[in-house]
Amino acid sequence: MSDGLIRRDRVFGLLAGEPGRAERLRERVVARDRVFGFMERFPLPETEVSIDAGTILYLEGVTVSFDGFKALNDLNLYIDDGELRCIIGPNGAGKTTMMDVITGKTRPDSGKVFFGRNTNLLTLDEAAIATAGIGRKFQQPTVFENLSVFHNLELSMAADKGIWPSLTWRLNGLQRDRIDEVLELIGLDSQRQDRAGALSHGQKQWLEIGMLLTQNPLLLLVDEPVAGMTEQEVEQTAELLVALAGQHSVVVVEHDMAFVRSIARRVTVLHEGHVLAEGSMEQIQNNPKVIEVYLGAADADG
Amino acid sequence: MGPLSRILFGDRVSWLFLVLLAAIAIILPWLNLTQPPDSPWYVSNYALNLWGKYLCYALLALSVDLIWGYCGILSLGHGAFFALGGYAMGMYLMLQIGDRGVYGHPELPDFMVFLNWDALPWYWYGFDQFWFAMLMVIVAPGLLAFIFGWLAFRSRVTGVYFSIITQALTFALMLAFFRNEMGFGGNNGLTDFKDILGYDLQAKTTRIGLFVASAVALALGFIACRYIVTSKLGRVAVAIRDTEPRTRFIGYRVERFKLWLFTFSAVLAGIAGALYVPQVGIINPGEFAPLKSIELAVWVAVGGRGTLYGAAAGAILVNNAKTWFTTAAPEFWLFALGALFVLVTVLFPKGIIGLLRRRGGEGS
Amino acid sequence: MGKAALLVLILLAGWPALAVAEPAPAEAGFAELVQQLDADNFVQTGQAVERIARSGHPRAVEILETMLAGSLQTLRTDGRVVVVNQVGRDFEITDALSGEDLGTVGRRDLSRISINNALRTQIRAALARASLNDPDATIRLAAVRRLMASPDPENLTLLQEQLAQETEPRVLAAIEVAMALSRLDADEPAVRMAAIEHLTGNLQSQVRNRLRTISEDDPEAAVRDAAAEALASIQRRLEYYRLLENVFFGLSLGSVLLLAAIGLAITFGVMGVINMAHGELIMIGAYTTYMIQQLFPGAIEYSVLIAIPAAFVVAGLFGIAIERGVIRFLYGRPLETLLATFGISLILQQLARTTISAQNVPVISPSWMSGSWQINEALALTWNRLYILIFALLVFISLLLALKRTRLGLKMRAVTQNRNMARAMGVRTAWVDALTFGLGAGIAGVAGVALSQLTNVGPNLGQGYIIDSFLVVVFGGVGNLWGTLVGAFSLGVLNKFIEPWSGAVLAKILVLVFVILFIQRYPRGLFPQKGRAAGG
Repeated sequence: MSDGLIRRDRVFGLLAGEPGRAERLRERVVARDRVFGFMERFPLPETEVSIDAGTILYLEGVTVSFDGFKALNDLNLYIDDGELRCIIGPNGAGKTTMMDVITGKTRPDSGKVFFGRNTNLLTLDEAAIATAGIGRKFQQPTVFENLSVFHNLELSMAADKGIWPSLTWRLNGLQRDRIDEVLELIGLDSQRQDRAGALSHGQKQWLEIGMLLTQNPLLLLVDEPVAGMTEQEVEQTAELLVALAGQHSVVVVEHDMAFVRSIARRVTVLHEGHVLAEGSMEQIQNNPKVIEVYLGAADADG
Repeated sequence: MGPLSRILFGDRVSWLFLVLLAAIAIILPWLNLTQPPDSPWYVSNYALNLWGKYLCYALLALSVDLIWGYCGILSLGHGAFFALGGYAMGMYLMLQIGDRGVYGHPELPDFMVFLNWDALPWYWYGFDQFWFAMLMVIVAPGLLAFIFGWLAFRSRVTGVYFSIITQALTFALMLAFFRNEMGFGGNNGLTDFKDILGYDLQAKTTRIGLFVASAVALALGFIACRYIVTSKLGRVAVAIRDTEPRTRFIGYRVERFKLWLFTFSAVLAGIAGALYVPQVGIINPGEFAPLKSIELAVWVAVGGRGTLYGAAAGAILVNNAKTWFTTAAPEFWLFALGALFVLVTVLFPKGIIGLLRRRGGEGS
Repeated sequence: MGKAALLVLILLAGWPALAVAEPAPAEAGFAELVQQLDADNFVQTGQAVERIARSGHPRAVEILETMLAGSLQTLRTDGRVVVVNQVGRDFEITDALSGEDLGTVGRRDLSRISINNALRTQIRAALARASLNDPDATIRLAAVRRLMASPDPENLTLLQEQLAQETEPRVLAAIEVAMALSRLDADEPAVRMAAIEHLTGNLQSQVRNRLRTISEDDPEAAVRDAAAEALASIQRRLEYYRLLENVFFGLSLGSVLLLAAIGLAITFGVMGVINMAHGELIMIGAYTTYMIQQLFPGAIEYSVLIAIPAAFVVAGLFGIAIERGVIRFLYGRPLETLLATFGISLILQQLARTTISAQNVPVISPSWMSGSWQINEALALTWNRLYILIFALLVFISLLLALKRTRLGLKMRAVTQNRNMARAMGVRTAWVDALTFGLGAGIAGVAGVALSQLTNVGPNLGQGYIIDSFLVVVFGGVGNLWGTLVGAFSLGVLNKFIEPWSGAVLAKILVLVFVILFIQRYPRGLFPQKGRAAGG
């Protein structure tokens, strides 16, 4: 973790030249200690999801085809509770389709998808899946551009998301504090009243991560989180994801191999809608099948 | 910030709108009652009646803005809900005529006597009671919107597809209400009303009462809409408008939000229709015409979407222009209206309010 | 019109044949006969009719025709028999015998030669007999049909003689039916049974009426049953043809829907542009037909054919102007496009009202499009509907080929599938957009030419089609031309099958409700585009 702290300091270097830089720096250094503390003050949502068996997500024999093309082909995938899992694979391997299936956007032709042992995701719609405790960050940062940064975080915050509760909703002190904390963590405290649409690309990425934090799901699905980020931001993201794992389960889909290497404990390689290999980064890197279809090319690139 | 202060003071223009509305509701009837006809301040019965109509249109525009401006649902069939509310009120007024009709039948409205019907159809039962008719003003459009919306939103019919089928809905209703067999007066609709709650509809005081009632309904509708759009529900609506899938993935049942907003909006439109009918003295299937519903959208667009007061102002403005054109240069009205559609979408997508704001922004 | 033309034909063709049949009698004798038509009682008049018909005089047929039409009158002054032609308040008269023009007189100067129904039947039969020798089989057939209407023994003899010398199968069959009808009155039940058997399957209403009477009144039970059975089988055939006719009406309505919707299938389905002015582009096409007919009044027969390319160009240019002037600023904002194009539709409607007329304008149908194709007694298909059905299919096929086989089609598909990639490959997307929209608009114009042959042409023409065409495109599946085809025809047929028991308006409402519910259940229509891209 000390590594992470050093990196974070480098992130703050970005702010060099702005007025009041020293104060901000100090604030951030204080803030960095909160990464863990912060998570502890977020109780996990009360849920009926059963994770006794230690596995939080089961995908068994999942097949999805579009016009005869099998985007997913008999996919089997198990995510452990508290795990940080990276999913890699060449373009068209089915990574995004897999995310779509888990979050209810796409219904598979066959197969089983369970959240914990008892929640059949195939019977739930997107909203119910989100409420059950699965959060998703999209490849393209999608925030609510016409709402303020603050309201973006408020909207995603774990709460009763029915009609009447939304109409009569009033933030309590605890919730307000949480949003303040997240705002500080994602570095958007001073822009809290700004329209989210006015943020830069990187800031939108952070806002979206912030929304995941206030949503506080059991399982986070993160699609290409570092696309379009500066190197510093990439490192910061890596640190955050590592910190989130443990309390939460995190599934990261990423193309950037350097990033995957820096965070990966367990890596799954998808190829043509099927799991090609699974294991630690070393095992994957030495797997001849993987080298053949994917890693060889990727390594040559970078 | 409590809900009341949030509605009233959260936004200066909204506050101004309510003050203006109150002023209109008090000053116009006062001038109508006190000024002699030769005074420059005289407000004729005709003008008062016209403004009463505009206020109903403003409420209708408000209902469209709530779902279009905030939730991105463009209904091209909102005229249908307006007309249904109007018919519910019209049925009550029709049964108040009693034996004073042309045929002098004690129970049946003239058109039923004309069609040789010997009894009131079952769906006319209860409309002799004011409370029941008022309930139906809310239930009829609300129920139709609920069923229609439930079917449409559940299947995720969105955007232009939704607009097209709402237009087909109002078109189908228009054809249906044109049929004599429907029992709503066919082509001629319901008219020749005599009195409401025992008050003569031609009397000055009744007309002023209806005018004030329209202003109050508009104010209450405005406050209700403000309450909704300033709540988290309103922000969920905006979120749905901007990126619907994202809103789902953070746990909101988008369909239900849309459905309830749509139904509430239809009810507002129905109330507007119910207040409109006694003031114009007639309701006929022409109110279902698709053109009317599309015209509605342009009132809202001209005023400025997503502001509520913009929609109301747009309705009053466009209808003033229509009144002026149809007397001064009737053949140019459709040119003007058509040009308005094009200009407001291509050049001023934020409407007049947007223009004023931009000006204000540059000035300060 | 048709009947009058037939009469003229009979008249013209019957004349020389009659002249050959008998030597011309003395003019004086014939003149006397004609004068006798104005007799005091119908019996005498009837005899005169009979003798005139047999006279073979060149003017015999014409005189009887005019008498049947009620135009044969006498002058009060000298009792002269004249042919009267009313022009406004005046009456032009010509001498019945010589055809000489006698100027105009007032109503009071004339006295009508009165006839009754029996006399009318007699005249018709007499005329039919005169036509039986005509060289034209169609005229002979018509004559046989007329004789059937008054089956007295003399006419039967005449038909029997004709049977011996007739060669045309159509006429032979008709004569046989007439003979069979007469045998229905025979005394022996066996002959009646045979006649019933012969008449089974015949669709003429006379046959049905006779069989119905026999099935009720015949003294023999067996004959009654046979007649009832024959009648039932005829009814079944009629039902079948009625069904066919209904299918044809449905397909015809479907072809109208297809024509109206197919341009939208391009602008909405391929480009994703909501063009509410589509109906007015159809209107422009219809007005173009009207203009062409005004410009070339001598070429009405070809006007529709000239109008097709003209309407395509005119409406296409309007379309390109709309795209360049308004729509291109609104790409990616479908709801705004909808409103802006609606504004354009209002402007175009009003433009038609102020520049041409607020009233409907008359568009003439060329003669080859009027009339109908009489397949049999129960089934006739009107030519204009048939041509429009074929035309709709031709337009559809050409559009399909244009999209699949031409360079512009290729570019269109490229732009719709991946605009940026197409641009990167050097396709001028703005130009393709304008042309695609122009193509859709041009097809709307062509549809207008066809619709001008079916409905009133006026400023409101387009309005009536816009909702229907959008529903057809969405119902069929947006972006799928075949879906539009199937959607249009199935909605057309559905509408026509509901119509008989619900009435036209209710049928329309029911179809609308059906489509609304269908789209709510299946938002992507009959033939949805699949794949990840379509998910949005």
